[in-house]
Amino acid sequence: MSDDAQLIAALRRGDEVAFADIVDRWGPGLLRVARMYVPSHAVAEEVVQETWIAVLRGLDRFEGRSPLRTWVFGILLNLARTHGRRERRSLPFAALRRRFEDRGGEAAVDPERFQGRGDERPGWWALPPARWADPDERLQAAETRAVLAAAIDGLPVRQREALVLRDVLGLSAEETCTVLGTTDGNQRVLLHRARAKVRATLEQHLSGGGAAA
Amino acid sequence: MTTAGGLTCRELVELVTDYLENRLSVPARASFEEHLASCNGCQAYLEQMRLTLRALGRLPEERLSGQAREAMLIAFRDWRAGRA
Repeated sequence: MSDDAQLIAALRRGDEVAFADIVDRWGPGLLRVARMYVPSHAVAEEVVQETWIAVLRGLDRFEGRSPLRTWVFGILLNLARTHGRRERRSLPFAALRRRFEDRGGEAAVDPERFQGRGDERPGWWALPPARWADPDERLQAAETRAVLAAAIDGLPVRQREALVLRDVLGLSAEETCTVLGTTDGNQRVLLHRARAKVRATLEQHLSGGGAAA
Repeated sequence: MTTAGGLTCRELVELVTDYLENRLSVPARASFEEHLASCNGCQAYLEQMRLTLRALGRLPEERLSGQAREAMLIAFRDWRAGRA
């Protein structure tokens, strides 16, 4: 029997230790996803609680076609989106964000940073990125983490979902596609755009860009 | 030096995710690596991207409060009692 099948069997038997274990292990990830949609930690906790109640109610019907964790994250995402529509409707950034998202084609790097047609090597760097000094130390600084968190918050919602599931929580591409209900190719496009924006924000922060080093 | 018709930097940055996800065809991967070997700017770009991903994976976790956790365990016991 696979680990997942054992876990499902334990839950169905009413094994509280098994339940507490996944509540603890998956809790931080579930909270993180919920926080993308709702304005506070407290509301995110409510969404996580609703998720587990829905999981228990659906457990006997769960057929195991995807891993249990994928199914749980999918339930959470739907509940969080519903909450988000209720709670974030009045947020000033929502409209702006939507407009940004509708814009379609986006370059990973500002086109101005490459040489133009009349230059010596068109398409090659005119303003190349510089290596970051002491990256380990600087990336762990509280200030950098705040910049990172703000960069994630500022992403269009679909890109943010892909980036948080893949790069913050470490879900596989396959799991992410199942949770988001999207194709592998689309997931990769979203991820590519999201990563490019987050890198650009960090570059601005770490490569001078006016901020104190 | 680059060969005529090889990737430009501007093209390479758009392939970085496919490269890191191992989704480039064999010839595309070869062009990517050939360009990278001779281009400091793209090496720095790729390194920044790897550092960005590492930083994203190390963001501090939020935890469920003790109260919320306890409420979940109570819900579990209720659920178990309801099906017995």
